[in-house]
Amino acid sequence: MALFRRLAETDRPPVRLEIDGVAMDALAGDTLQVAILTNASSLRESEFGDGMRAGFCLMAACQDCWVWTTSGERLRACSTEVADGMRIVTRGAPWRLEAS
Amino acid sequence: MAARSVLIVGAGPAGTRAAERLVAAGLRPVVVDEAAANGGQIYRRQPPSFRRAAEALYGFEAAKARAVHAGFEAIRDRIDYRPQTLVWHLWEGEAHLLCGEQSEQLRYDALILATGATDRIMPLPGWTLPGVFSLGGAQIALKAQACAIGARTVFFGSGPLLTLVAYQYAKAGAEVAAVLDTSPLANVLRAMPLLAARPGMLAKGLFYTAELRRRGVRIVRGITPIAIDGDDAVASVHFRNGSGNEEKIACDAVGLGYGLRSETQLADLARCDFAFDETARQFLPVTDADGRTSVPRVYLAGDGARILGADAAELAGRLAACAALGDLGIAVGEEEMAGLRRALAPMDRFRRGLEGAFPWPAHFAAALSDDAIVCRCECITAGELRAVARDKGAPELNRAKAFSRLGMGRCQGRMCGLAGAEVLADALGVPLAEVGRLRGQGPVKPLPVTTVLAE
Repeated sequence: MALFRRLAETDRPPVRLEIDGVAMDALAGDTLQVAILTNASSLRESEFGDGMRAGFCLMAACQDCWVWTTSGERLRACSTEVADGMRIVTRGAPWRLEAS
Repeated sequence: MAARSVLIVGAGPAGTRAAERLVAAGLRPVVVDEAAANGGQIYRRQPPSFRRAAEALYGFEAAKARAVHAGFEAIRDRIDYRPQTLVWHLWEGEAHLLCGEQSEQLRYDALILATGATDRIMPLPGWTLPGVFSLGGAQIALKAQACAIGARTVFFGSGPLLTLVAYQYAKAGAEVAAVLDTSPLANVLRAMPLLAARPGMLAKGLFYTAELRRRGVRIVRGITPIAIDGDDAVASVHFRNGSGNEEKIACDAVGLGYGLRSETQLADLARCDFAFDETARQFLPVTDADGRTSVPRVYLAGDGARILGADAAELAGRLAACAALGDLGIAVGEEEMAGLRRALAPMDRFRRGLEGAFPWPAHFAAALSDDAIVCRCECITAGELRAVARDKGAPELNRAKAFSRLGMGRCQGRMCGLAGAEVLADALGVPLAEVGRLRGQGPVKPLPVTTVLAE
């Protein structure tokens, strides 16, 4: 379920991106955070096992909105603009070691 | 050749006006800003494809926002503007910049830091749930992206942003479940003589409150936080009202904040002297009236020096530029500087009024339960921090950081530093100033491992 609600500016060209393998629609000019949170209720999983996170400050200060591209590049979702065809990983951070 | 390369960090109201003044003197300053567009946070611009009028974004401040934006546009070709660029370190007269994955070192003769502020946060149980955002963040969602942070939002905390953002949400058509202010009405009334230093600002604050009430939004003052409830999403806000009774208000999002805190890491890396400011309950860089720091040719302007707001930031930016020009041997009229100082004079009185009206709730730190997360980056709880004070004898914040990792995470203490200091001071039973401040460390924000270092 979506967390963010769009209140205006909905007449923009659509873009399509892939989040954790699932196609999602967003609008040109969205930040990655808005693109994800208008589709989903959270952004990533805390590395410390305390649950999901959705970012906090939206101004590039808290670093709580990190996501990754499928090629491993780290993005700050609040200050990255979406682009058509983006492929993003939010769960199971790519660097996490598998439990043996 | 004369020393004339000036670096300005920040393209908000202070950075813009500083750059303008330097350009007027014939200089071509470098302006580095992390955002994609100029304006800072207060006058943050929406993406070019958005169509809302400035009035919809900035309300009463629309004319000022337009003027700051226009001022920047007018000098854009006469400055070396570096958007989406981070100053991640300062070392021996050189700034280390990062744009994309490219790092660069830039030598400067004078440095004007206009780094602004972030929300001042006092944690409470549940503040890391998805759906809880800083008040400033809630405002950015609306201003820059035309979104509300939830379907039904509670605004929680204190300070001038609390009613402003709630009002902006209601006006934009979002549902505001309630405004919960930890400050009792008596504080606001007591602060009136100081707040009257800026009657226009005071009137706007009263207007936002009146408009919220007219729209039927419940405003509760003098509340005590208990928790934000919910398992994997926000379900409700739990608090004690002014009469001492427990209440819960259902919501799916919370805007949280208690005023602003100056962003001072770069001033620290520039080795500026700091002193404890009783009003802000924070260590702040020491400056003279014109923005000069203890380090020659390093200046501060705007909220990064002290939280005086956007109008003061414009004046201080220009004044700091004048000071820098004078120090670089370029003549500046004394009348101009005296005029700017006069205009800035009532600003600090108003700041003290705001702190009195909407005080930082330092005493909540002592009441935080041991299992409450203080550091959201590394999940360090109040109990862990207290244990470090009790069992390891950490006498000040940096030692406590080394033992507990509080402030060592991705945000470098921006979110938890002030609250962490309060928890530690309480646990040690010493005044806040005695636990010191988290020392700034380069890089001030995490760098990608692929960062290409310049030669």
